[in-house]
Amino acid sequence: MTAAPAIEARGLRRVFRVRQGLFAEPRQVVAVDDVSFSVPAGSVLGVVGESGCGKSTLARLILGLLPPSAGDVLVDGKRLAELDRRARARLIQPVFQDPFASLNPRRRVKDIVAMPLAAQGDVPSAAMASRVAEMLARVGLSEEQGERYPAQLSGGQRQRVAIARALVLRPRIVVCDEPTSALDVSVQAQILNLLAELRRELGLTYLFISHNLAVVEHVASEVAVMYLGRIVERSEAEALFRAPGHPYTRALLASVLTPEPGLGVPDVGLGDAMPDPANIPPGCRFHPRCPQAFDRCPREAPAAWATAGGFAECHLLEPTAPAGLAGAGASQRQLAR
Amino acid sequence: MLDVRGLRVEFGGRTAAVRGASLRVSKGETHCLVGESGCGKSVTALAVMNLLARGAKRDAEVLSFAGQDLLRLSDSRMSRLRGDRMAMIFQEPMTSLNPAYTVGSQMTEVLRRHRGTPRAQAVDRAAELLGLVGITAPGMRLGQYPHQLSGGLRQRVMIAMALMCDPELLVADEPTTALDVTVQAQILRLLATLRRDLGLGILLITHDLGVVARVADRVSVMYAGEVVESAPTAELFAAPRHPYTRGLLRCVPVPGKTRRGEPLGSIPGVVPRIPPGFRGCAFRDRCEHAAPNCAGAVPRRPAGPEHEFLCTLPADWTLREAAA
Repeated sequence: MTAAPAIEARGLRRVFRVRQGLFAEPRQVVAVDDVSFSVPAGSVLGVVGESGCGKSTLARLILGLLPPSAGDVLVDGKRLAELDRRARARLIQPVFQDPFASLNPRRRVKDIVAMPLAAQGDVPSAAMASRVAEMLARVGLSEEQGERYPAQLSGGQRQRVAIARALVLRPRIVVCDEPTSALDVSVQAQILNLLAELRRELGLTYLFISHNLAVVEHVASEVAVMYLGRIVERSEAEALFRAPGHPYTRALLASVLTPEPGLGVPDVGLGDAMPDPANIPPGCRFHPRCPQAFDRCPREAPAAWATAGGFAECHLLEPTAPAGLAGAGASQRQLAR
Repeated sequence: MLDVRGLRVEFGGRTAAVRGASLRVSKGETHCLVGESGCGKSVTALAVMNLLARGAKRDAEVLSFAGQDLLRLSDSRMSRLRGDRMAMIFQEPMTSLNPAYTVGSQMTEVLRRHRGTPRAQAVDRAAELLGLVGITAPGMRLGQYPHQLSGGLRQRVMIAMALMCDPELLVADEPTTALDVTVQAQILRLLATLRRDLGLGILLITHDLGVVARVADRVSVMYAGEVVESAPTAELFAAPRHPYTRGLLRCVPVPGKTRRGEPLGSIPGVVPRIPPGFRGCAFRDRCEHAAPNCAGAVPRRPAGPEHEFLCTLPADWTLREAAA
């Protein structure tokens, strides 16, 4: 395949400076630390991790809403930093978590959906109206609902409006940041089904960010696991769920409570230490919580080693790791990165 | 221990939030009340604790706790009971902890107010409980303010505070919804341990069927203010009878079980708002089995010794459907 990947991140890094008191020295918070990946056109990259792991910052970097401190984002082979806002909007669009906060409460639904077209400045109003109507129908909203205000719609309907607005410019890529987290399960299923259908029909590429692994497993073709700003494991989705390489991924998977009675609540074994992005541990950043940490982990940052479906950054995967500790089954060679 | 029968809550004559809900919680039992937002599960919990907003009307056939009739209890006697023998924890620990007081002063206040315990003794008890809920260095935590704690720690503090007076019943309203999955697992394990070691009865309110499956002894499914199905946990998941319960279970993606990329089962439409005086099944507009008689009286049918559901379909309809 010679086609450029839909999204490519190269060495992305984003640092925030935060002041914790009026006279305190500002501290550096590394929200995203040397993140590289590429997403082939038409596929779905799921990004998972706990709150504070940098997944939403990553979404904002990919959308160009936040400039990176270092590194590059390429969308459809073009450097995001070199595109103007209109061109960017035609390529990549967001769907955010909270459809209550992301829709202007004082505008009608059809005007909200028309906004990206109007912002382009060169779409005739007749064409605009027909494209809005077409898009509303496509996401399952009636013409009558297009006349309403967001407050008159349910959470699921509002998320449909947000999806219609994202797709009205026919972008190639949609960044979905927790698109169903605010919704009830019955509505979540409706929205996930709609997103899957639209992807197939319109050939879209998704960056799908969620804390819900079960949802990510259902929608993603590839998964990136983030921990304190780094992608600590990336893998083809099926392999990740079958044979997770990183101890953190295993803990995340273990803590998914599937609706299967009798299994009880698993002991995730992560202990009390909570990750703090302003205070990243030396060596492997996961070592204070890792049930399998050994003497090397606090001293040395692990390299990326091959796993069944991708790579993971863990000393245990190194072929020379202490006997009996190495993860089973993975073909182990260091990846050229 | 807790016996609720025919509970009704109305808000200003416009909305019937709870419409004849019944449930019981025994000593050492976890009873899960599950449903989507707006189904009345939180209102049910608040009604039990008598914490409803002014303007809400509460009524029930039976509402008793450990033999006491909560309907006839005066406000002052109820407030003595609350936090003492029955305690409640909420979803968002940041909004239910006072940001201006240290963890220690909030925790000891419970004991000093209900029992008149001297400060030093109350502090010891608070430290002991923080240890019990798995907080390391409890002495240091007592001097900290809520904003200095992570979400998981705050929720543990809430739980420890609820346990200060050795309650017999803990009402927990979505205690892990705001937390990361890894922390959620830790908190749920803690609740299970407390139930086992202290014989605590727990009424756990959640929208998450995964949580229900893993911690509940018994489940009540709520829809539009009614308990539409109630059963022991294993039975509810193995043989759900109400079309709503069945629909909900099909909506949840399960790694390794639901086929990747295939559409999930979903329930069309949204939870309706029910006015007082509504007749018939509230789910009928969303139900694939709806029939004309669903607009009339809906019977509560037994489907097992401790399993019942509220539907016009016969108890064995799922078997007949499977055979057909």
